[in-house]
Amino acid sequence: MAERILKNISTRGLKNAVKGNEYRKEALISYGILIIGYIVLQLGASVGLIGKHLQGQFVPICVYVALAISLNLVVGISGELSLGHAGFMAVGAFTGIIVMRVLEPHLGIMPIRLIIALIFAAIMAAIAGFIIGVPILSLRGDYLAIVTLAFGEIVRNFMNVLYFALDENDHLKFAFNHTIDGITNDQRILTGAIGATGVTKAATFTGAMLLTAFTLFVVLNLKNSKQGRAIMAIRDNRIAGESIGLDVRKYKLMAFVVSAALAGMAGCMFGQNYSTLAPVKFNFNTSILILVFVVLGGIGNIWGGMIAAALLTILPEAFRQFADYRMLTYAIVLILVMIGTYNPTFKARINSVIDKIKPKKKKDSGKKNKKSKSGKEVA
Amino acid sequence: MGFLTNLISGLSLGSVYAIIALGYTMVYGISKMLNFAHGDVIMIGGYVSFIFSMYMGMNGWISLAIAMVACTVLGILIERLAYRPLRGTGSLAVLITAIGVSYFLQNAALLIWGANPRVFPSLFEGVSTIHAAGGKLSLSPVSLFTILANIIIMIILTLFVSKTKAGKAMRAVSEDNGAAQLMGINVNQSISLTFAIGSGLAAVAGVLMCSAYPVLMPTTGAMPGIKAFTAAVFGGIGSIPGAMIGGLILGVIEIFSRAYISTELSDAIVFGCLIIVLLVKPTGLLGKKINEKV
Repeated sequence: MAERILKNISTRGLKNAVKGNEYRKEALISYGILIIGYIVLQLGASVGLIGKHLQGQFVPICVYVALAISLNLVVGISGELSLGHAGFMAVGAFTGIIVMRVLEPHLGIMPIRLIIALIFAAIMAAIAGFIIGVPILSLRGDYLAIVTLAFGEIVRNFMNVLYFALDENDHLKFAFNHTIDGITNDQRILTGAIGATGVTKAATFTGAMLLTAFTLFVVLNLKNSKQGRAIMAIRDNRIAGESIGLDVRKYKLMAFVVSAALAGMAGCMFGQNYSTLAPVKFNFNTSILILVFVVLGGIGNIWGGMIAAALLTILPEAFRQFADYRMLTYAIVLILVMIGTYNPTFKARINSVIDKIKPKKKKDSGKKNKKSKSGKEVA
Repeated sequence: MGFLTNLISGLSLGSVYAIIALGYTMVYGISKMLNFAHGDVIMIGGYVSFIFSMYMGMNGWISLAIAMVACTVLGILIERLAYRPLRGTGSLAVLITAIGVSYFLQNAALLIWGANPRVFPSLFEGVSTIHAAGGKLSLSPVSLFTILANIIIMIILTLFVSKTKAGKAMRAVSEDNGAAQLMGINVNQSISLTFAIGSGLAAVAGVLMCSAYPVLMPTTGAMPGIKAFTAAVFGGIGSIPGAMIGGLILGVIEIFSRAYISTELSDAIVFGCLIIVLLVKPTGLLGKKINEKV
């Protein structure tokens, strides 16, 4: 038994060492996508190819890409299903909005204020991730998933009863479960279920893109570090990981908290893109949406998730004229793509077709991505 | 007497959750998948019943039967078309497909019936509220019937699963898929049967829920679906008595926290209780212990 485990670990270690090149490739592709995406969208907007409506989606696209990257850290790299990512996003968004408003009278320079807000958002979301992560990471599989779902709903519920306001003397006022009296509408920051109102938009496309790049930087570096390899070793075989002395809880918690902090930052940027923001925006459906990006892009494949996030945010917007049918189509496409990429017989058929087209190519990862792309194009 | 009234409405809401949770728990037990579309089957059941009783002028009970048939067929179709091609490919792929099915049902309902909320006709249109204990305790017939229906369904289902051949086959498949197949059990048929029963019950739950809270929208099923799923996990997913206990406890907690603590925070309290239970008993109240194998 022990021999088998050791053998298992040693071959895995070897594979990881050989994979050094693959990490570089992955980083190159991911950053490449980001830079090309930025240039294409900027050019498209300045030339006038991209309409006003789609331009309004630039920041959300970046945010969703960043969220897909950060969720991939939990779902793909750490191998735990999380259904409450929107909860961390909400924590970040509302923290950011409050910090921005509090700093407004004291600090005139918008970008610096935004950076401070982002840092606060990351800290608050990380704390939330830690609080929820410590107890639940001993749960397994579907039970962990349901607790993250519960967490997301709890956060949204709490946001529904939070009241914040800034009075004449710039003092922050806070109330729980009842409205604040003696405050004008302009002074309100958060108003329960109505959410944030009168937010001065601070998010720009470049800023959001920089945040996405930062998220990508953190996740890729973590993945390619000693800690990242430990996280992946635990994902592949928890017992084998424990037997060589890896602290399972510590590494799982690390992935979870880092992912939460990054989601909080993305949420903060998201919140700065709208003048009003209600807590209902961060419901279960948003968590699911981010998960869909990750799964469609290929679980654990970071740039796959990025492309899926960008496409699935742009496409429904681009097909607005089919308003009534677009979500129905989206659902059908989602089901078909999942069946197309995961059904064994279907997969074998596609593989044989690809093998016929180019018989002497490396088989592994390239194929998978080609398939999901072709699936999307058909749709 | 406010306490008793609250308790009964809590048990009634809990019974609805329990009936929905049965669908979740049976499907999870047999195919190890989280069927997120289950909540939307409830909504479809509600709409079918609504259409037949409002536009065709049928008796509420007959339209309930029609809704059950429609949902049973729908459940079998969903399993056949969306889930079966992905069987054995890992739970995440099936989970996302289930979400796809959920979106599909919601948006199809949106296209067919529109976004406007419909007022659902109660099953007990003419029956007035029963007053007991000198008028202090008011009992709505819907609540009483829901609790009764839940108990009857539980008894029938437990008997079905433990005594009949089809029920035993279902248990065998959920215990060990491959071994069951070797014993000559038709696995596909058993799974289809599970989906059929779960979806039929979802229709019952949908009609009962809409009778008690008479608003019907394409998103009506989503939140009760999540709550019932929580109830199933609460009681130990895969266990039929667990679903009942989980549903009832959850319903009572929800109504009590609405009545005595805060309406807005009731959901947070419900989900908070779930987290606490899972921390103490990681597989739910009646769940089986998972043994680790190297």
